[in-house]
Amino acid sequence: MNYFELFSFTPAYHIDTALLAERYRELQRAVHPDKFANASEQDKRIAVQRAAQVNDGFSTLKNPILRAEHMLSLKGVDLSHESTTVKDTQFLMQQIEWREELEDITDSNDPDACISELHDSFSLYAKQIEDNLSYLLADLSEDGLLQAADLIRKLKFMAKLQVELERIEDALFD
Amino acid sequence: MALLQIAEPGQSAAPHQHRLAVGIDLGTTNSLVAAVRSGVANTLPDNKSHHSLPSVVRYTESNVEVGVDAELNSAKDPQNTIVSVKRFMGRSLSDIQSGSQDLPYQFETSENGLPLFVTKQGKVNPIQVSAEILKPLISRAEKTLGGELEGVVITVPAYFDDAQRQGTKDAAGLLGVKVLRLLNEPTAAAIAYGLDSGQEGVIAIYDLGGGTFDISILRLHKGVFEVLATGGDSALGGDDFDHLLHHYLSSEWQLNELSATLSRQLLIEARRVKEALTSDEQVIATLNLDDGTQLSHTVTKTTFETLISALVKKTVNSCRRALRDAGIKADEVLETVMVGGSTRVPLVRELVENFFAKKPLTTIDPDRVVAIGAAIQADILVGNKPDSDLLLLDVLPLSLGIETMGGLVEKIVSRNTTIPVAKAQEFTTFKDGQTAMAFHVVQGERELVDDCRSLARFTLKGIPPLAAGAAHIRVTFQVDADGLLSVTAMEKSTGVQSSIQVKPSFGLTDEEIGAMLKDSMANAKEDITRRMLAEQKVEAARVLETLSAALQKDANLLTKDEQNLIEQSMAALAQISSQDDADAIEKAIEAVDASTQDFAAKRMDNSIKLALKGQSVDSI
Repeated sequence: MNYFELFSFTPAYHIDTALLAERYRELQRAVHPDKFANASEQDKRIAVQRAAQVNDGFSTLKNPILRAEHMLSLKGVDLSHESTTVKDTQFLMQQIEWREELEDITDSNDPDACISELHDSFSLYAKQIEDNLSYLLADLSEDGLLQAADLIRKLKFMAKLQVELERIEDALFD
Repeated sequence: MALLQIAEPGQSAAPHQHRLAVGIDLGTTNSLVAAVRSGVANTLPDNKSHHSLPSVVRYTESNVEVGVDAELNSAKDPQNTIVSVKRFMGRSLSDIQSGSQDLPYQFETSENGLPLFVTKQGKVNPIQVSAEILKPLISRAEKTLGGELEGVVITVPAYFDDAQRQGTKDAAGLLGVKVLRLLNEPTAAAIAYGLDSGQEGVIAIYDLGGGTFDISILRLHKGVFEVLATGGDSALGGDDFDHLLHHYLSSEWQLNELSATLSRQLLIEARRVKEALTSDEQVIATLNLDDGTQLSHTVTKTTFETLISALVKKTVNSCRRALRDAGIKADEVLETVMVGGSTRVPLVRELVENFFAKKPLTTIDPDRVVAIGAAIQADILVGNKPDSDLLLLDVLPLSLGIETMGGLVEKIVSRNTTIPVAKAQEFTTFKDGQTAMAFHVVQGERELVDDCRSLARFTLKGIPPLAAGAAHIRVTFQVDADGLLSVTAMEKSTGVQSSIQVKPSFGLTDEEIGAMLKDSMANAKEDITRRMLAEQKVEAARVLETLSAALQKDANLLTKDEQNLIEQSMAALAQISSQDDADAIEKAIEAVDASTQDFAAKRMDNSIKLALKGQSVDSI
């Protein structure tokens, strides 16, 4: 399913998220099962399915990584179920280093400062990848597809680090 | 029960006719019913002007007492008087017994792991007890509104998992009541407030009830209530404050072994003290022992707050997490709304106010706000307000996953995903000729199966026998707007639809519900047959009504031949539904369904296109 089409957008890495949210609400008004509370069982079933599609489309287009992934999948490159990893050694070394820093947070003197510092480093690094990705996706060539796929994989690594950081932050509060 | 008046097929009931539907807040300590009358939503009192019904059920030899009567006898007969049954919903006996509370009940376990209370009327499960609480509320509503209800909206804590939701729905099912929707309590409160104020922006609903805690972050925008994130604890509430006081007092008084009766008395006293401390600085707790001595102890507000502070802080941490999940900062929250009786505790208000840095809204009675919101939603869902703008977009509170090798969980749908949601996952066979596959569905955030809640086990059967790894089974997990899970599976290469037998871990199977329904009816067989027939007739009328409307509007989506086929199947259904054969009507409905499947999908897709039509023009 082409979610850009469903939401009436031209496939692009940068989209107007306010407009996306607006269209999402309009689509849900048309298909949400609550609008079919008095309809036949068949209509209800279809409504649940369509509403689920609209929800999935919204969450895909809303999230930059998933949106980029969706753009690639429309070009025949499916990243969602793969297990291929990144082969960039420098990137992997950086990941390991950050993982170690994450582990040290809890025992440090000023965990809050560590968290905020790491958060900034993650954001900065991810931003650079995103900029490259945005450039590549603006004009996709056959070669660019593979490079873009690689950048998306890297962004996924960054997202995992971010989740891990949040988990540690939560643990500090509890 | 709960049947609508059947109009002649193809001819709908008068449009201005008011359909009866209510909202029910099935609470841990108190339950309420509310309805929209003359455009105003309000809770309905009983004939003694009480709005709340204590959620207490007492089983005596001769009858079942519910509410105030049961509560009055609670201390006298704790074993047969079930309080806070909501905490047992969707739980196993071992879950319950691992809690800190001393329970006076005698338990057994059903085949499916449901706890059974052994009472003077035999064994009853939490779903049946909950149905007893719903019963007087429904009859109160039918008496007040002067007719049978067409449907109810029942509220549940946002943090309720699938088993707890299913149990709640089944409780209504045992009474033959149609559940229009299970509505999350904080969302219900948001409706009650939001429709009044017409505000736009992000609001936080902090809901601390008798036994459950929810925090929901919502965005309100032109009638759309979009839940951004929800969090909480389905086993934390004002009850726990009572138990902490109970524990504190019994150790102050050095009461080592309390009888069930005395323990219940002390719990009731603890609650009184807690409530009195909302306005007083100190309260004297007393307890009369069996030998006539009276114990007393002064409890100060400070002591009480020290006891409960860890629990209250826990709720504030949940608020922090929910905000983060929503991607919202505390200062972006426009309003915070307090819901639930336990938000009367001053320490709760203070900490919540500090966290969000604004005074929480309490203008609607926190005990009634949930039922009122549910009534507004029920009124719309039943069809009394076809032009309403209201739309609720809620989320899944806890991740859904399946067990994989080594007792690990593979997440299929993560928490805070907007529902309805459908996710498909592919599996393959690992043996040659394998025709069945077993699955274990769990809910929770942890990585190990044992740390998550077991929801159901199901077996896929009828996989075509192929070489190992050759069969590709696509399993689709779908969560509907009520937050309830259903699973379907298909073998991809052959298109064979595999059958699934879902066995809920701590719930009732459809057969058990059927059996209980039968038991609960005096003239079982005849009643059930009559009801089945009436239900099929209602559904037939509904199908014909919506289809004729659809044909009138969208016949252009069909070829003449397609339209003829549909009209034939409709004529057949109209003819059969005027007779008294439930099975035949059901088959005729299925035939109509089959003949209109493409039409229904086309119409839905057409309405999707129309929804964005104005939009696209605007944005060019």
